[in-house]
Amino acid sequence: MQTTAELLLLLVVLTDLAVLGSSRLRTCIRAVAAQGLLLGLLPVALASRYTVHVVALSAGTVVVKAVVLPLFLLWAIREAAVRREVEPLVGYIASLLLGAAAVAAGFAIATRLPVPDVAEPVLVPVALATVMIGLIVLTTRRKALTQVVGYLMLENGIYLFGLTQTESVPFLLEVGVLLDIFAGVFIMGIVVFHINREFDSLDSSHLTELRD
Amino acid sequence: MRLIVLWLVPAIAALATGLVPSPRVTRWRVAVLVGAAALHLGVTVSLWSSPGESALNGWLGDDPLGLLVLTLVSTLFFVAATYTVGYLRRATPRGGRVFVSGLLGFLAATTLVALSQHLALLWVGLEATTFTVAPLIFHRHDRRSLEAVWKYLVISSVGIALALLGIFFLATAQHGVPGNPLILGDLLAHAGELQPMWLRAAFLFLLVGFGTKMGLAPMHTWKPDTYGEAPALVGGLMAGGLTSCAFLGVARITEVTMRAGLGPFVQPLLIAFGLVSLATAAVFILGQGDLKRLLAYSSVEHMGLLVLGLGLGGVGAYGTVLHLINNGLAKGWLFLVAGNVVLATGTSAASGTRGLIRTLPASGILLVMGLFAVTGSPPFGPFLSEFTILRAAVGGGHVWVAAIMLFLLAAIFVGMAVLVLGMALGEPATDAPAERESAWLLAGPIALAGLVLLLGLYIPAPLQRALAHAATALGGGAP
Repeated sequence: MQTTAELLLLLVVLTDLAVLGSSRLRTCIRAVAAQGLLLGLLPVALASRYTVHVVALSAGTVVVKAVVLPLFLLWAIREAAVRREVEPLVGYIASLLLGAAAVAAGFAIATRLPVPDVAEPVLVPVALATVMIGLIVLTTRRKALTQVVGYLMLENGIYLFGLTQTESVPFLLEVGVLLDIFAGVFIMGIVVFHINREFDSLDSSHLTELRD
Repeated sequence: MRLIVLWLVPAIAALATGLVPSPRVTRWRVAVLVGAAALHLGVTVSLWSSPGESALNGWLGDDPLGLLVLTLVSTLFFVAATYTVGYLRRATPRGGRVFVSGLLGFLAATTLVALSQHLALLWVGLEATTFTVAPLIFHRHDRRSLEAVWKYLVISSVGIALALLGIFFLATAQHGVPGNPLILGDLLAHAGELQPMWLRAAFLFLLVGFGTKMGLAPMHTWKPDTYGEAPALVGGLMAGGLTSCAFLGVARITEVTMRAGLGPFVQPLLIAFGLVSLATAAVFILGQGDLKRLLAYSSVEHMGLLVLGLGLGGVGAYGTVLHLINNGLAKGWLFLVAGNVVLATGTSAASGTRGLIRTLPASGILLVMGLFAVTGSPPFGPFLSEFTILRAAVGGGHVWVAAIMLFLLAAIFVGMAVLVLGMALGEPATDAPAERESAWLLAGPIALAGLVLLLGLYIPAPLQRALAHAATALGGGAP
């Protein structure tokens, strides 16, 4: 099972980079959906035995992160009639380089930390890298919807780290966390919808009226 | 059982008021709101006579610190609910359906935070507060409130996400240590065995994450915009209740790290965040032109004082817990009065508003009294708690911390006094006679003002005991 998990984690990194390097909002959302699917498969790939807990966690993750949220975001861009504009503050090549640096940093930090031996060794570095890349997308993209994509990636990275702790975090709480993230993204999506109607643009840099 | 009731009553009421589609019957919704708030307050008070309950396998409990936060939130909410009766008569966009439902959802989420003995459950509650208040901030549905709610959602969601990472770090630190994962009591019992490196990382992420929800500088940038644009009573609930819940998150991880003997790592960080918050607040309060934004920066100041007291330790921890109560009540008081000013004049901007003491006598006087209370003047409660924190600084040998703190508090006093006195005194722009103010809109602030004054003169024995217990848990002690 070790190798399957490693393959899945490698693909997670590729979806990270796909978001960083793409200029189309739809591609970004599809990449995040793919990442959600990979995240959903990981608990099964990592588990030594298939308990109800593991299977339910997988199913819940796939439904929320790979199906419902991406469909909702795609609905939001269709309603808002936007296609291409990711509008980065930092160019795509520079973004990719930053992403590569994040992956390297993830590995460098993880090897210095006393990582608990239960975990798959690549899990913690990929988790940290995904958290950092999520933050990069959040801060270097102007479109409100792309920032939501960055937030989702940030949450995905944290979820990956959480997989090292599946025994200690009970199922009920995982449901709570998933629900919270779902509701958070849902409300962000609704706000994005209003931003578009109010400003005829999804550009969050129009939001500059409030200042001291 | 009572703990479940406390949490379930507002949750069910929120669903009921949100789902029943009756656009006309605002009165029915407000009745549910006030009823649920009264029931919540009643059950909370009953916890004081016979505490020590726990529910859901020990995930919920009422330890002294949690009970203090719960009582604060419950009191504030009851007051805000009575204020809502008057508020929705004056301003009712869209029938108040989302508004009342959001308020009740907020009460359910904050109750969950106050009662959580499981740190991940605390996180779930705190994240839930973020999106129960989002529709409340967006109440006016205009561009400015849209910008405020977007900033609030993005900044606090990222903060709370980092806190979740911190929770997972804490679980990693607890790996192989006996006891149930992430249960506060078990973490404290085996604090010495936690892996120190992961514990440090957990503390950092939780401090930054929950600190963002508290509005500590430099993660405070959402605060002036949000409090400036949200209806004043929502601002009051956030500045008094929500930030206190977020502080509880910081306090919980501080309890664990202090017990684990990481005080030398933790305390300087808390002191640094405290002083930076005080300084940021002072800079933006001087020359501020809007009452609600002024109160937002005042909230940044008081959050700074809370972590400062926590970092100083000793009697500072006692001062912090007392200040938590004082600040919560005083912020509720001032925001509700600011709400009255906005309802009467249509704006919270200071320019053009003069002579409130003549045009709105009751609110004008409450505003001036509130200025003295919130800046820590005797005989009000905040004076006592700020003085205790100052004593901890001097007593602990941090003389320079005390000096900086005094200087910044003085600057903040000047900045706030200039704006508030400018609005309250002077000649009114119009010759209109003094307005008769609604009793619903005055009862709440007057009650809170009475409580803040009472806490400055006399602390009841059960409260004193709870404060001392909470201070001991935070690594300090009662004076």
